Amino acid sequence: MSTSPASTSAASTSPANTSPTAASPGTTMVRSWTLGVRAALALVLAVVVLVPLLFSTFVTSQVGLTSLWLGLAAVSLTFLSGHGGMVSLAQTALFGVAGLIVAKLSVEAGWNPWAAAVVGILAATAVGLLFGAVASGSQGIYFLIITLAFAQVTYFYFAAVPTFGAHGGINGVPPPALIGDPVAHPARMYYFLLAVSVAAFLGLRYVSRTAFGLALQGVRDDPVRMAALGFNVRLHRTLGFTLAAPVAGAAGVLSAWSNTRISADSISLGVSILVLAAAVIGGLNRLEGAWVGALLYTLCDTYMRGWTDRFTTWLGVVFLVIVLLSPGGVVGALGSADTWVRRRLAGGPARPALAQSAALPLPISSKGAL
Amino acid sequence: MVTCLIDYRLHGESVKGSVRGMATQTAAGKRSLPLPRLPLAATAAVLVGALGLLGVLWQAFEAGLGSQGNVPTFILITLNGLTLAGLYFISASGLTLIFGLLRVTNLAHGALFLLGGYVALTLGQDAGMSWLPAALLAMVASGAVGLVMHQLFLRWNQGQDLRQALITIAVSLILADQMLAHFGATPTAIVPPDFLAQPLPLGLYDLAYPSFRIAILVAAILIGLLFWLVYKRTRVGMVVRAGVDDTAMTSALGVNVQRVFAAAFFVGSALAGLGGVFAGTSLSLAPGQDQAFLVSALVVVIVGGMGSLGGAALGALLLGLVDQYASAYLPAGYSNLSALLTFVLLAAILAVRPTGLFGKAS
Repeated sequence: MSTSPASTSAASTSPANTSPTAASPGTTMVRSWTLGVRAALALVLAVVVLVPLLFSTFVTSQVGLTSLWLGLAAVSLTFLSGHGGMVSLAQTALFGVAGLIVAKLSVEAGWNPWAAAVVGILAATAVGLLFGAVASGSQGIYFLIITLAFAQVTYFYFAAVPTFGAHGGINGVPPPALIGDPVAHPARMYYFLLAVSVAAFLGLRYVSRTAFGLALQGVRDDPVRMAALGFNVRLHRTLGFTLAAPVAGAAGVLSAWSNTRISADSISLGVSILVLAAAVIGGLNRLEGAWVGALLYTLCDTYMRGWTDRFTTWLGVVFLVIVLLSPGGVVGALGSADTWVRRRLAGGPARPALAQSAALPLPISSKGAL
Repeated sequence: MVTCLIDYRLHGESVKGSVRGMATQTAAGKRSLPLPRLPLAATAAVLVGALGLLGVLWQAFEAGLGSQGNVPTFILITLNGLTLAGLYFISASGLTLIFGLLRVTNLAHGALFLLGGYVALTLGQDAGMSWLPAALLAMVASGAVGLVMHQLFLRWNQGQDLRQALITIAVSLILADQMLAHFGATPTAIVPPDFLAQPLPLGLYDLAYPSFRIAILVAAILIGLLFWLVYKRTRVGMVVRAGVDDTAMTSALGVNVQRVFAAAFFVGSALAGLGGVFAGTSLSLAPGQDQAFLVSALVVVIVGGMGSLGGAALGALLLGLVDQYASAYLPAGYSNLSALLTFVLLAAILAVRPTGLFGKAS
């Protein structure tokens, strides 16, 4: 999933080759480091693929399934903030729209789960278009807060309307027959979620490399200049938001299938902040960071509650440290560490690792364009 | 630099030409413009608002002014709305002060709010303090925590507004969880001061209203007036206004801007704490209140325009009244949707005016 350090390697080894001071031992060491990094990545990928075989059913369903759907929800936010400069708290609202519609249709109206999923994701996309159209006029912190309002509207709507089960939620949501029982035999559900995650990752990465994706990044960096160049800034933001909506919607559907239940409390403000925390911990600059952050969160959520009562405090501390020290999140920190080691091995001056992360486009400031 | 200059000179002619071309184009565009457009969305929003108010008034005065009609209820609901607005204003004024001066969206404001309430509760219950000193100490405690947060985490991230917002979210997670650990999850209320414990007779339809809630309204008006006076009439206010307009220039003129920032953060956080004391006395304190009041304060500040004190007052009034009228006067089947309405209000106002009613686009 994460090809980041490997892909940057090609760029950073070439100057080492040309510089006269870097003798051949340095180059071979860089080469072996690259091999090592690639081997580690391959190992991680292999473990990810083999989770249902290597670990117990509990780990597969509790850690594997949760981190995959949480990562899917987080990646829609990572895409928006990384490529569009829009830090949205409304992703859980879209998540809830799709999840609750699927639950409603398949439990109470007896629809086929696939058909219900399609309707749910389409509904989430339509709501995303509406939210995006309204919010696209705001930027930076205003965008964060208008999407917070959307999240609260959706939460209060689902909590107040008895049709969707209010706080009790809808139980016994059936996954498609192909996937089977996700609680007793989570392996199929795991592979299905993995496939959807890979598809979402590749799809969003593809979008970010199209002309539209590049224009969206232009809008993120300098909306005024893009407008002067003739781009419709609001339209780009709206479409970007709409494109991320089905990903958040799919996360909602898959969460309802994995847990066989969903309720209004699955989309409360706390969950919105949790998704944001997962995305920030993983790294807002790279799509794969979403799953890394979700996995870290889920691991802590599953195992740390055993030895501390104050789990949320520790989550807050980790969140704070990451925002303060490494705006690129865990993935960004790994990338900087990789660059630092590479420089060291190549024999060049070991520049501070921050240089790498500072060069990345950080969506941390709206540049006064409020 | 040099190539840049050469570039400019080389293209000077063509730039001039294109500017002339643009000028003629816009002139032509102006001539062919259709009739001046009404701001459609704004008109629709005002119309819907007016219709809603008419509906409320119709229900209130339908049965006449007699004591058998709905007027007494209407008066009570209006007072509820006004006192709620007072509560919102007290906590939102701190938020808007911090935002206006420092451009920091303090998402830990709700946690500081709850902290103030809990500190006053503990001082009153365990240390046996009376209400007023407890409230003052609670303000100092909230202000101090806010100040420490600013000095430790926010000060060196000046200008990175989203990063600062994320930092304050993290701090609010920590604070809320620690408060849950120390004060428990059971909702508790602060005992009001003795002289405000009795309901106040209104002299209309034999109505009486809790005097503490009237006191909230009075306190909110006093705070608003004090703010306004300090802001417009004193040297401190002048420095703050200058800092809002142009921080760099104010600093260059010899004002210690960092000290002004720290003071603003202290006062803003202390106001959050005061709001928590009032809310804890008139309503109750419980985990989750922090998020609820943070969201309300944000809605108030955003509706009014971030950084504008008058906007915060108007936003608080709108939010308080809409909230109370909606829960009382919406048709029976829809009354549980009243919480929605405030957010619809917010979304509608932001869609029409992306920086709020009185917000300045910087």
